[in-house]
Amino acid sequence: MKKYDAIVIGAGHNGLTNAAYLAKSGLSVAVLERNPYIGGATVSRELYPGWTYSNCSYVCSLLRPEIARDLELPRHGLQVVPYGGGVTFKRDGDYYGNYYDHNRQYREVARHSLRDANAYERYATDVRKQTRLIRPYLLRRPPDPTSLKLRDLRDLAGFARSFTELGEEGLADTLRFWTKSVGDYLNEYFESDVIKAHLGGTGVIGTALGVYSPGTAYVLLHHYMGDMDGNVGSWGFARGGMGAVAAALAKSVKAFGGDIICDADVDRIVVRHGKVSGVALKNGNELPAGIVVSNLDPRRTFLDIMDRDDLPAELVHKAGNFKIRGSSGKLNIALDGLPTFNGLDRNNPLMLGDMHFTDSLERLERAYDDWKAGTWSKDPYVDMLIPTQTDPTMAPPGKHMMTVFVQYAPPRINGGEWTDADRAGFEQSVIDQIAAHSPDFKSLILHCETRTPREIEAEVGLTEGNIFQGELTFDQLLFNRPFPGYAQYRGPVPGMYMCGSGTHPGGGVMAAPGANAAREILRDLRLPDVVPGGYADD
Amino acid sequence: MTERHDVIVVGAGHNGLVCASYLARAGRKVLVVEAGDSPGGAAATREFAPGYSVSGCAQWVYQLHPGVSRDLELERHGLQWAARDLASVLLDSRGCHLTLSGALIESDQLSGDDREAWRAFHDRTGRYARLLARVFESRPPKLVESNLADRLTLLRLGLGLKLLGRDDMSDLMRIVLTNMYDLMEEYFDSPQLKAVLSFDSVLGARMGPRTPGTVFGYLYRRLGENFGYNGVAQVKGGMGALGQAMAASARVRGVELRLGCRVSSIDSVDGRAAGVTLASGEQLRAALVVSSADPVTTFKGLVGFRHMETGMARRVSQVRCEGIAARLHLALDGLPRFTGLDGARLGQRLVIAPDMNYLERAFNAVKYREYSPHPALDISIPTVNDPAGAPAGCHVLSAIVQFAPYGPPGGWDGPSAVAGLSHREHFTALVLDKIAEYAPGIKEQVVASQLLTPVDLERDYGMTGGHWHHLELSLDQVMMMRPFPGATQYASGLDGLYLCGAGAHPGGGVMGLAGKNAAREILRRGAAA
Amino acid sequence: MKAGSDATMMLRTPFHARVAAACELNDWGTWKGYTTPRAYTDMELEYFAIRSTAGVFDLSPMNKYRITGPDAQACLNRMVTRDVSRIGVGRVGYTVWCNDAGQVMDDGTLFHLGENDYRLCAFARAIDWLHWCALGFDVSIVDESDEVAALAVQGPTSCATLLAMGLEGLEQLKPFGLTHFSFEGETLMVSRTGFTGDLGYELWIAPRQAELLWDRLFAAGEPYLIKPFGSDALDLARIEAGFLQAGVDFVPAESAVRSGRSRSPFELGLAWLVSMDKPVFNGRRALQREQAQGSRYRFALLDVDGNKPAHHSFILSRGGKVGTVTSAAWCPTAKSNVAFAQLEMPHGAVGEELVAEIYYQRELQWTRVLAPCRVIGSPVFNPPRRRAVPPGAF
Repeated sequence: MKKYDAIVIGAGHNGLTNAAYLAKSGLSVAVLERNPYIGGATVSRELYPGWTYSNCSYVCSLLRPEIARDLELPRHGLQVVPYGGGVTFKRDGDYYGNYYDHNRQYREVARHSLRDANAYERYATDVRKQTRLIRPYLLRRPPDPTSLKLRDLRDLAGFARSFTELGEEGLADTLRFWTKSVGDYLNEYFESDVIKAHLGGTGVIGTALGVYSPGTAYVLLHHYMGDMDGNVGSWGFARGGMGAVAAALAKSVKAFGGDIICDADVDRIVVRHGKVSGVALKNGNELPAGIVVSNLDPRRTFLDIMDRDDLPAELVHKAGNFKIRGSSGKLNIALDGLPTFNGLDRNNPLMLGDMHFTDSLERLERAYDDWKAGTWSKDPYVDMLIPTQTDPTMAPPGKHMMTVFVQYAPPRINGGEWTDADRAGFEQSVIDQIAAHSPDFKSLILHCETRTPREIEAEVGLTEGNIFQGELTFDQLLFNRPFPGYAQYRGPVPGMYMCGSGTHPGGGVMAAPGANAAREILRDLRLPDVVPGGYADD
Repeated sequence: MTERHDVIVVGAGHNGLVCASYLARAGRKVLVVEAGDSPGGAAATREFAPGYSVSGCAQWVYQLHPGVSRDLELERHGLQWAARDLASVLLDSRGCHLTLSGALIESDQLSGDDREAWRAFHDRTGRYARLLARVFESRPPKLVESNLADRLTLLRLGLGLKLLGRDDMSDLMRIVLTNMYDLMEEYFDSPQLKAVLSFDSVLGARMGPRTPGTVFGYLYRRLGENFGYNGVAQVKGGMGALGQAMAASARVRGVELRLGCRVSSIDSVDGRAAGVTLASGEQLRAALVVSSADPVTTFKGLVGFRHMETGMARRVSQVRCEGIAARLHLALDGLPRFTGLDGARLGQRLVIAPDMNYLERAFNAVKYREYSPHPALDISIPTVNDPAGAPAGCHVLSAIVQFAPYGPPGGWDGPSAVAGLSHREHFTALVLDKIAEYAPGIKEQVVASQLLTPVDLERDYGMTGGHWHHLELSLDQVMMMRPFPGATQYASGLDGLYLCGAGAHPGGGVMGLAGKNAAREILRRGAAA
Repeated sequence: MKAGSDATMMLRTPFHARVAAACELNDWGTWKGYTTPRAYTDMELEYFAIRSTAGVFDLSPMNKYRITGPDAQACLNRMVTRDVSRIGVGRVGYTVWCNDAGQVMDDGTLFHLGENDYRLCAFARAIDWLHWCALGFDVSIVDESDEVAALAVQGPTSCATLLAMGLEGLEQLKPFGLTHFSFEGETLMVSRTGFTGDLGYELWIAPRQAELLWDRLFAAGEPYLIKPFGSDALDLARIEAGFLQAGVDFVPAESAVRSGRSRSPFELGLAWLVSMDKPVFNGRRALQREQAQGSRYRFALLDVDGNKPAHHSFILSRGGKVGTVTSAAWCPTAKSNVAFAQLEMPHGAVGEELVAEIYYQRELQWTRVLAPCRVIGSPVFNPPRRRAVPPGAF
């Protein structure tokens, strides 16, 4: 068996990114993947002949441009195409459209509330202020406030400096932003229900919180962090589906000499003499390596593939209490043609973007109440896109692929496992909601893949089907992610590291955790830092 | 009357009186102007039915700061306790109650694991509460424009954190932001124990146990331990007696107290607060005005938005201050009988909140301006410990009821879903039904009842929104963000005007620290105030 | 509004048909989502029309807000830095307004139409801020941007043109005065205002009669050599006249993302607009503090040696960077090379000698010059006809 310097467990985008940097630094690296295909939740799959589904993650906005450029992902085949628009359909037959053009957007908001149209400009500025504050920290490890090490103190001082620049009132506003609910935050700007609902949905995507839960304003930011060619907050599709991201990363890994091994299900990380010595596979093989990096979520990493005896008891406790809540499901639908919605013209650019049907914060919050009560939302919040209007590669000409992200779906139904009947009920609630706004929708459905947290967990290996590998609440961010004392990518055993979305700065197809983890590994090996920092003054 | 005072304090609530006393003790000539006929504000006793009186608004004392009681010599001025260190009894409809008395738990059903976990939890959170108490005893530090005093506070806080040790420090930084529901799930199995603790975390808060930030609410509740309370306490004669004692103390220190005088405006001259105008038209002048009224009343009602800058008016209009708790007072013709509860325990604090999901569902309603069909209750039967509040042999049952919205559709006196009943009547009936599940037969004992909704509390006690913390005590409205950015350290956006009420740091509950800290800040600033 | 009523990317002003016919260059720009010409035929000729005959500019996209009600004056007085009570009925006042931090949010002109009846013309959209400002006041605020079409008629023959159009007695209108005429069943409001620093008027009318107004104006102006001009000529004229432009010479405070990028009125050389003796107005506390502690920046008009405009130049003092240029132009009438600069204090006192680091390109070759420049005390273009009543013969 080949002896590797480093083994990365899980060929998700972060694992691949991590491996690429390790390989770039001259280490011999293998990425082990349980499934026969790579990508983790960054996949394109043909589940219906002729159709490609981005059946987990579905938009590309957070991917750090520094990494995409540094690993030459465009040269390796990744092309991200921006999409404009976005729309929330109202129950009264009207809609709120999110235009790309600033002035048209203004007029569209003004159609619902003139004052909101103007307030939107203030809102955008204020959110940008917060984004700017946090963005430089995406490609850095979080400082440890409990540490007295020089590097941590220096990082903390820098952190403190960027805050003091805000002034007393600005700082207080920032602290409020981090602790507020997205609903309360939006109420400070807007009066129109549909505007608030359109913006507020972003504050709860991927989290098991409601729009009135404190801390969700930050989640809003997490989604605004994205950039496409410098346009903060704009979004795009990876041409060929999200699998194109993983494919490009894999080519980068291989170009640097790394290996990617599929169908390699890891049984455990082997620890000998207090150090990592490799991994044992389920098939009995053992791969030796001095460095093992887990791209799995913190629960799986510490509770499933590590021996408790190798871990400090407090870490096992922390991993057990790490909040990783399944909150969402997904429908991927092959369509015989483009459906029409609320009489919106087929050529309207609004349909190129994210579409929603929840037109008030109250409906969003009630959807969350269902989750709290242990069931899927009867009136769910969906984030629906038809990427085939932008990307011709994913369905036959004239046909379309629709991806429907659905919230909320609990990890368990009333305390029990999801059954197929539950899944059918969940699917029905979504289809009915869409069909209520689209008369021809049902007749266009050729195939529908419905994924509840059960399926997401089983296939992708995300605990509870949580898309971020752990809640993005402020008790699990920065130096608390995944848990206090372990927020700098290092595990409790020398040679063991974490690089998944469960680490700073969190989920979304960002690739920052993988890159940041690589930087720490290289540092421990006293190798030069080849991982890029963030672009300045964006 | 043209006599000039150094300071005019608006409102004789407990914080106003505390602030006035400290200022007077330092030699300032202080006038307190109060709209009501008796001092105390929310610390009041009211006769809600002939012969029946009760603490109308605030129900228990559990965190009155010992420094304040000592400095004001409250016991010398007439404060007496009817009972102290009362236990909290989580009621069970079958009679298997759980009693929490400080660190002690009595329950037939608690596992050994839970008992052990409870000890660890209680110790650990006790340490955090101690740190919090220290932070609350001084003004909130400014972080950017910090001066020496602020840096000392920050240093103390930092040192306190470090002294907790690395484990506790990182744990605190995590849990203080998190929600009670998950924390309870981390520690305990017993639904009752989880419920009684999480109930404390959402008392008076627009939150359910799953709401992030509720652990802070719980720690806030635990402050009392550092102030000498091992459980809630009941004032003899009702909370009004506390107001009276504070007023007596203030008068002895030279504070002039004018009752029955409503302040209609806080006046400014050349952008600086210079006095107040009373409803009678009388104008009073002073170098400083200190308001113990809530921030919305103070800035919107008394100063007036037109007399401040727009950004500040916007801040004021955006604070969250809608109350979610109602009070229900019942006049009973005898001692109620709770299933499985002996007479001795009737004088304790009785809690109805069977489990965390129940609480969470009760909270759901208020998000949509509805009241909980199955509310959670914090019940006292004050006449057990202090019989004077009711005719001989009769009793008063008084409860904090959660959750009740500020305004259900159509208002509290508008029609409810039940034909012929107003929202007020319907909710009263729901609450009675709920109590009757635990005290069968109580409905027949009721002679009179009074439901005080947040709207009523707003009207009777002058608190905008009827919120007993004046402003929601959530993490975005604490410390230097309380009451709002730009008005911190008890100063406001208007020179010469200070805040000393629950809307200022550290917040509400009968604690007295807002008043004390404000006085100290004013004195510290001296001529620059 | 009804569902989906807005299907166009660009809006057109009420004058569009006429503007489009005149815009031979097809050089279009966008202003608040309206199609507006950068130049019609030749930018320089358009500029010289402003300075020697009469130029016409379509300023319909300008934000216009109507503030009325018993507290209208009090509300505006608390909002803006100037003492509004000193702007009489029938007068117009240029002013700025600040946030609580004393940072300029925007500048604009306030038209006092009648007792407690005002129109505010602003660069940036302000309806949200106006509503916040209205808290505690009995006022009504209406966005009438779309209900009022407007033309600026600027230049020496502007008065003669308008008189020829039949606006009798207009020659008696003082600078910053406004008056009303009836025009084909509509009220035509005329104010003696403008953004060119020359004699000039602005005409305000209901969109219904916009095209007719244009036609009558150009018919009357023909012997007076009237000409439409686009935003490029306007920009040159306003720099020559020393007028600041929001978004160019300062960042409106509430759209500044980075800390420290906004400016106070003192820092923009607009202290003359600030009435510190008002008891309360937005920014007063902060401006008092600034007066006591000193400003961070100073706005300076620079007279730059040579004829190369100091676009985006760094301003140096003894080799060190002390500021940057926000607007610059070679001014053809004043024959002067002007730049607006933001200088760090204590720089910028009138008479100070500085250096502008200018980059210019000739036939693909870039050249760097260090041009000496001086801080001057007043704009280089300020003709007597701008103030004369009556303006007199051109």
